[in-house]
Amino acid sequence: MVAVVPTAARSGASAPVAQRSSKTGYLLLFPGMAWLGVFFAIPFVTLFMTSLQAPVAGSPGKYQFGLEFGNYASAMAEYWPLFLRSFLYAGIATLLALAIAYPLAYFIAFRAGQWRSLMLVLVIAPSFASFLLRTYAWKTILADEGIITSTLNSLHLLPEGRILNTGIAVVAGLTYNFLPFMILPLYAALEKIDPRLMEAAGDLYASPQTAFRKVTWPLSMPGIVAGTLLTFIPASGDYINAALLGSTGNRMIGNAIQINFIQFRDYPTASALSFVLMAAILVLVFTYIRRAGTEDLV
Amino acid sequence: MRWLRHHLIGIVAVAVLVYLFIPIAVIMVLSFNKPSGKYNLSWNEFSLDGWTNLCGVPGVCSSFATSIQIGIISTIVATILGTMIAFALVRYRFRGRSTTNLLIFLPMATPEVVMGASLLALFLNLRFPLGQATVTIAHIMFIISFVVVTVKARLQGMDPMLEEAARDLYAGPRQVFRYVTFPLVLPGILGAALLGFSLSFDDFIISFFNAGTLVTFPIYIWGAAQRGIPVQVNALATIVFLVALAIVLTAQFVNHRRRQALERSAVDMDTFSRS
Amino acid sequence: MTDAARAVEDLHLQNLTKRFGDFVAVDDLTLTIPAGSFFALLGASGCGKTTTLRMVAGLEDPTEGSIRIGEKDITGLRAFERPVNTVFQSYALFPHLDIFENVAFGLRRRGIKDVKPAVEQMLDLVELGSLARRKPSQLSGGQQQRVAVARALINEPDVLLLDEPLGALDLKLRRQMQIELKRIQMDVGTTFVHVTHDQEEAMTMADTVAVMNAGRIEQMGHPADIYETPQTVFVANFLGQSNLIDGRRTGTSGEFGVIEAHGLSFMVPSDRCFCSGSDVTLGVRPEKITVLDAVDAEQVPDGHNRLEGRVTDVSYTGVSTQYLIDAPWGQELIVFEQNVVVGDRCSVGDPVILHWAPSHTFGLDPAPGRGAGIDPEVIEAERVNAHLRVRGAED
Repeated sequence: MVAVVPTAARSGASAPVAQRSSKTGYLLLFPGMAWLGVFFAIPFVTLFMTSLQAPVAGSPGKYQFGLEFGNYASAMAEYWPLFLRSFLYAGIATLLALAIAYPLAYFIAFRAGQWRSLMLVLVIAPSFASFLLRTYAWKTILADEGIITSTLNSLHLLPEGRILNTGIAVVAGLTYNFLPFMILPLYAALEKIDPRLMEAAGDLYASPQTAFRKVTWPLSMPGIVAGTLLTFIPASGDYINAALLGSTGNRMIGNAIQINFIQFRDYPTASALSFVLMAAILVLVFTYIRRAGTEDLV
Repeated sequence: MRWLRHHLIGIVAVAVLVYLFIPIAVIMVLSFNKPSGKYNLSWNEFSLDGWTNLCGVPGVCSSFATSIQIGIISTIVATILGTMIAFALVRYRFRGRSTTNLLIFLPMATPEVVMGASLLALFLNLRFPLGQATVTIAHIMFIISFVVVTVKARLQGMDPMLEEAARDLYAGPRQVFRYVTFPLVLPGILGAALLGFSLSFDDFIISFFNAGTLVTFPIYIWGAAQRGIPVQVNALATIVFLVALAIVLTAQFVNHRRRQALERSAVDMDTFSRS
Repeated sequence: MTDAARAVEDLHLQNLTKRFGDFVAVDDLTLTIPAGSFFALLGASGCGKTTTLRMVAGLEDPTEGSIRIGEKDITGLRAFERPVNTVFQSYALFPHLDIFENVAFGLRRRGIKDVKPAVEQMLDLVELGSLARRKPSQLSGGQQQRVAVARALINEPDVLLLDEPLGALDLKLRRQMQIELKRIQMDVGTTFVHVTHDQEEAMTMADTVAVMNAGRIEQMGHPADIYETPQTVFVANFLGQSNLIDGRRTGTSGEFGVIEAHGLSFMVPSDRCFCSGSDVTLGVRPEKITVLDAVDAEQVPDGHNRLEGRVTDVSYTGVSTQYLIDAPWGQELIVFEQNVVVGDRCSVGDPVILHWAPSHTFGLDPAPGRGAGIDPEVIEAERVNAHLRVRGAED
């Protein structure tokens, strides 16, 4: 998912040249858009319809067409804490990722010189190893008898005495896994900044800190917005980290959707949860974009 | 102190890169482990079991092959469909552009769990049997968008005058495409295909929802995580990682060499023009 | 390459018009470009010169009018069907092909099998034979430029179009390439149509220059004729600099018209007066004027046009000295004086007498504002420069 982000963030407003208008355009569009229509857009309709289905009396696990809006009420009544937890974990992980990613992206953009492209490869490279295995590896790194846990324990920094199977491990996993999604858009935005702007700020009596606050940070805003969204969205829907690194007390909404769909076969509840998740994310994203004042996403 | 302040950001940057590679190191090291219990989580003793007998555990290699197969098919289809869309977006006028753009953007902004769930809802309602076909369909769906943005960026970055020059030099529309446009966009298409394959190969969530009884490599790992992941999995993941890294680094190296040659010839030219 | 027997024919543009929505880019242009000439279309950006070129190339369809080569109408032909080739502004060399293949491109598209001799001969003509297997990115700007010319010329077009071909080069290289292009044109004898905003470039290379403004041709002719005898205020200002004084025609005296302006009377040769009414803008090029110290008034030759003024700025530019002089009615006039004599120049504040031969004077129809054809940025830059010089801040 990773290598595309900078180009996606970069491909901005350049006006299409020499556009032709003919049937060919529609012919080129049709197969791909039809695919997306049938296997992406229509499924949302079926998802919504499934979320309103009613159980067939006498045969558990079977559902029929219905308008059971009560499905939403009951699903939310049962799972609202998981929603809150998902957004909380994803939010913390996003902020941590921003804090970790910014110095690296800054360094690659302004100081890396001839190492720039190699460092970018190194940012993407971990994604070449299986997502699941990398998450699983954190079980080893954060193990109870491992260096990290014992060090923190000797400093009495861990309330539960351990990291694994706690919310901390889940957030750590989320932060790690979606970090490249933060680094690349940040880099793409920073790389576009003319370094002479910072020199100019210095020339105009700004200290390095002020220059950063007044020049670099605001100019990197598109990257910050894109990066936080690209981290937050997949993180809030993720259930692998919670399943592998957390305990039952750390389940996220993705876990609930997966379990209801695949194990319990309670399709209406699972669909209702998916629908609410998507809606909540869309609302959050649009308010966020509006507040950040950037419409420049795709 | 001054030195530290000057290099602080570099030190932090390197530390972050190291952090990114810690789990990779763990995966690699544990591929040489002989686990004491059923979980391969902590170091016990050195062994080459994982490497000498890659397919020794039932299911590992077959799931690996399944993933490769799905990856190749879905990459080919998605690359073709996505490239066509990118050309239409950049080169043609048509109605419904903003809807099109939205439909391309949304799959990248939708949590995988929602996409997996909604597609499953569709297949269930259509009573479509789950298996390799449904997983491939799903992969094609989510790869298309990434192909579109990558190829579109490449197309937009292309100097429109190059195509005009070709027309000026007696190339008809087909020839312009064949001799100028396509060769120039090809690197973008190949990059998109590479990305698409890696997305497909590593996808778990969407696959899991739509796989039925089919086992892909990530699904195998997921199942194995409950009862202990065999060392062979670590070895295979290490191989995949190293092969992918080698491909990307080779591409980088070729690029770098080309740039160096360019700089060298620029120097030649300087001395040449001065003489 | 030189093939004297090859029938080259004139390029005719007939009532050529191009509109983009409401904007008229090219306005009813009728023009004949003689076969084998080096023709320059000169104008500021947005004057329609590039659009004209693109219509000839077939990259843009005219709204009205026709394009012919000799008797052959090519208006409806598409770019790849025309016997016309273009050297693009940024060269547009194919980055994925080497120099040889770039040059061979047109021949191959026309199905010519054995391209090698022609390509090699062409590369020799532009002195790039040794670089045939390099990629365009490995070449310097000047070399890329020559490849672009070779790639177009190898097709032996009836007309070669050059769209600001030297714009991307630095000044020194530009000078060199101007001579180079002129040489190539003489070698091959093809009609060259050259679009540029650089008046010096147009004058150096072309044997005919057409000055374009707002989609129309203001004046066309041999560079020296246009410079010495501009026929509109726009041309007087756009091509070099001019001192323009508004006046009234009051009579004739022999071969001269008499113009009264600000209480003074000036003589203009009747055949250099392109004015329809009695309101006349009188003009003279800055280097035609002689500056004399006011005390040397008796040195002014009889019959010369003359006026008194005061020096407001002197700048030494090496080859010449540039004076700004305040005329009694407040207008600022500019004078270039060759630095033939060392030392003893007039200085700021000196009262002076300006005089010039009547035969160097031209008369024009007044245009709204004397500034037509002057780039406002240039005026502003000169104002700032003059200001800085006055403050002695220039080093």
